[in-house]
Parts: sequence; structure tokens; C-alpha cells
Amino acid sequence: MIRVANGQGFWGDWLEAPTRLVEQGPIDYLTLDYLAEVTMAVLEKQRQRNSELGYATDFPPLMEHLAPGLKQKRIRVVTNAGGLNPRACAREVLRRAPGLKVAIVEGDAVTARIGEFVAKGHRLTNLDTGESIDKIRDQILSANAYLGAFPLAQALATGADVVISGRCADSALVLGPAIHAFGWAADSWDLLAAGVTAGHIVECGAQTSGGNSQVDWRHIPDLDEIGYPIAEMSADGTFVITKHAGTGGRVTSDIVKEQLLYEIGDPRSYLTPDVIADFTGLQLADAGPDRVRITGARGRERPPCLKLSINYAAGWKATGSIVYTAPDAIAKAQAADRIVRRRLEKLGLSFDEIYTEYLGRNACHGGAAPRVSDVPEVQLRIGVRGPDRSAVDRFTREMAPLVLSGPPGATGYGGEGRPKVREVIGHWGALIPREEIRPSVEVFE
Amino acid sequence: MKAPLSHFAHTRSGDKGDLVNIGVIAWRAADYPALLREVTASRVFEFFRDRISGPVERFEAPNLGALNFLLHGALGGGGTVSLRIDSQGKTFGAALLRMEIEIDE
Repeated sequence: MIRVANGQGFWGDWLEAPTRLVEQGPIDYLTLDYLAEVTMAVLEKQRQRNSELGYATDFPPLMEHLAPGLKQKRIRVVTNAGGLNPRACAREVLRRAPGLKVAIVEGDAVTARIGEFVAKGHRLTNLDTGESIDKIRDQILSANAYLGAFPLAQALATGADVVISGRCADSALVLGPAIHAFGWAADSWDLLAAGVTAGHIVECGAQTSGGNSQVDWRHIPDLDEIGYPIAEMSADGTFVITKHAGTGGRVTSDIVKEQLLYEIGDPRSYLTPDVIADFTGLQLADAGPDRVRITGARGRERPPCLKLSINYAAGWKATGSIVYTAPDAIAKAQAADRIVRRRLEKLGLSFDEIYTEYLGRNACHGGAAPRVSDVPEVQLRIGVRGPDRSAVDRFTREMAPLVLSGPPGATGYGGEGRPKVREVIGHWGALIPREEIRPSVEVFE
Repeated sequence: MKAPLSHFAHTRSGDKGDLVNIGVIAWRAADYPALLREVTASRVFEFFRDRISGPVERFEAPNLGALNFLLHGALGGGGTVSLRIDSQGKTFGAALLRMEIEIDE
């Protein structure tokens, strides 16, 4: 049996979690998932500013802090912190923690090969919209293929303490150690599906141990010191989801079900680079406090293509907000919105979109929210987006004047200052035949 | 008798690009048939009609007592393109709990 923990569900997750997983009980592998589609866009902006960046900068200091404990307890780390620059990430880890052996997995980055792919007849059609890649061809900033778990297992086989990958399937961070430990074959579809399922369940960290759960949330104990999830994997493909004893949070089958369904499409066909996992044969059983035993994972042959994650420059945006108070808070906020829109129009500025929300009224639930005639206070939030940076910049000057030249009862503006103009990076999912992608492993010590 | 979905199910929602998915899980296995009958793709589309372009797809996972909905065109572009406060669709699941469904006495 191997214990595979996940201590980061995204870049920006609780900084204490990985340290607690190492210190508060036994684990064999510590996985850290830093990458979301949005994260790749953030990393791309950072790499553009500094070619030594483009990875999750939280990671090297964490390794410096954890290195003694990892060595002493023989815990190995598997992470996608490498983002768009695993090499620079590995160098920084070694600079801070020279005693560690680090392996990187690369081969996911294919930005320079888009032209080659298109010339070969790969269409790179948008998976969601069916649009042709020609639409964004000139705006592409980065392109990465989602790698599978076998390169990670290969990196673990080098004896590395720390494996740093670029873009790989999130679930591969857990499947990789299982392949390494159990020698699972590349066509053992049910076993691979079990590893993918365990990986999917723990990839969002505490979201499977009581965080963001609707299951009796008021009574989930000690969320302030929530235990992050651990998958106890067996060679036969059964596993238990649990957390360290004495930590906060809760692991039950109802809570695990919430995560199992999180950000998936068809539960019969969870597509990954290594296997198509079927969640509809799974059986979840509560097997003691904070222990859920999972059996019945089934898999089908891996798909012929890998997913490409392409980022492209998509213009500029800014959002600004201001608070209106009762009486007539909503009516005042609506009047202020009309004023801003008219002023923008009279300036001759045009945008792809102007979007207005009323936080405190119905910004999140929309028409599903109960209708109210007034609220004690409401935050007017206006966002604009468009190709012309100067137009977006001009918009950022139109919120503050409302304080003196709009409806009465406005406040809550000064603290945040002028809205920031931010670059918009669009995401384009496409497919590429797997033969085109050649993962590679390299050891740094 | 009509009652809100929250009496029969819990939910979690998230994003993939401009799509939102909502997992709907029956509290009790005995309520799953009512979810199958009442919480249809077309009703979920109607429920969110003011904020999504659609369509809505529904998938079934009877072993989990669960349904999964995929809402297309749901986030004003999704990711960093979206101008919405809930640009990742995190609150769609909680919103759906307000949906009134018809259940047996």
C-alpha cells in the first residue's frame, strides 16, 4: 500500500497544508497541484516579463522548508509546479535545497510547433466551439499538451526526491506514483482508471475532506486546521480516501461524491492521457471515521489524442465597483450604471462587452435569487472588455467621479483605488495525436 | 407537493472554459428516481436561462445517486475572459438548490 497525499489544490491554496501533511502523520508521496487553465495564463504573463519565471514560485521555498523532513521520512514529491518552465523551477529548488535530487518532465510545451502541426494537417479545432484555429493563430502565446502519468513514473524510477512536471493531467500526479510503486502496465485499463479516480478525488485538496462541502457544513469540525486528503492505494486498484488523525475537516462518502462529480463531463468517460475512466461502476463505502473505501474502478483504452491547452492574447479588461446604500440602494446603483454607460458612449468608446452586476442583490444567483425591492447596501460592479487598451484604460477613470456627480449615498470606492487594466488571455482546448508529443525526463542534482 | 431541491440533494459546481458543470447528489437513494424525473436538462436550462446560452446536457451516475449537468455558454467566455464575479461558476450549484421540484407525498 502507498499513501499519496495532495497538499495543494491550486496555486494560492493554504500554504500550511503541505507542511502539515509531512508532519502530522505518515505519507509516502506528497503531490502538489498548482495548475488550472487560468494559472497557465498567469504563468505566461510572468514568463513574458522574465524568462527565468513561468513556474509556481511558491514551490521552491516550500521545498527549502520541507527538505529535511522529506529526507528523514523518505517522502517523495510529485508536482506540476514546473508550469511553463520546469527547468527554471528545478534550478531554483536546487539553489535553495541543494541536497535534493530533482527530476523534471518536459515535452508538453509545443508553442513553437503550432505551425508544424497545422502544416501536417492537424486542425486544432476548438473543442468547445468547433472554431478554426485560424481565428486566433496570430494571437497564440503558449501551447501545452497534457502529459500522462507514465513520464512521472519514469522520473520516480530515477530515484529523484522531487519530480517537477510541466503540464500534465492533474490526476496523473497520483497515478504516476501508483504506476511506479506497483508496476501497473500501460494497458491495465481498470488499474489505471483506479489511479486516475483517486487522483481526481484528491486533486482539489481539502475540497474532498470537508472544504466547500454542503454536507452538514456547519458541523464539520475545525476547518481552520483541516486535514488535506490522502489516498491509500493498493496494488489491486482499490483505495481508501482519508486524512491524518486529529486534523480538522471530515471525509465521508457523501463528501467524496461531491468531489467525484466536480468539473467532469460524462461520468462514464473521464478522459485522461492514460485511460478513459468510468465512474459509474464505483462503489463508495464509509469504512470507519474519515475513511471512505472505493472499489469498482473501470477503464477503457486510452484515447488516440492528447488535449492541447492553448493560451492566446484576447484583449484587455477592467472591473470597477462602488457601493450604494439605502434608501433605494438598488435604484441608485442602476442609475449610476446608466450614467457610466452614457459617458462611455459619448466618449465614442466601444467594447466587446460591458457587464454590470449588483453584488448583494443577485450577482451570483441571477434570476434564481428571490426578488427584492431594496437592500441595505449593494455593490455596483461594472466590467468592460475589448481589444483597445486605451478605451479600457479610459473606463477606469469613470467610476470615481460617481461619488460627486452621481446619485447620493455612494461609498466604498477610495480604498481600492482606480480599477486595474488587465490583459485577457483566452483559453483554447484542442486535440493532437499522441505520437506528436514526446515527453522527456531529465535529472538535476 | 412542491419543495426546493435542497431538501433532496446537495450540489457542487465548477468550470471548464465557458462551461459550468453541476453535480447533483441525492441525500437518500430513495429520492434518486424523483431527481431523474424532475431535474431534467430542459428544466435546468429554463432555470438558468437568464444567464446561459445553452444547451444543457445531463448525465446519470445511478451508483452515486447522482446527476451531472453540463451548461454550455455559461460564463460569459469563461476563464480570464469573463467579466463576472463568479467567473468560474462556483455558485451555480447552490443556486440550483432553489429549484422547486414536485415530489410524492
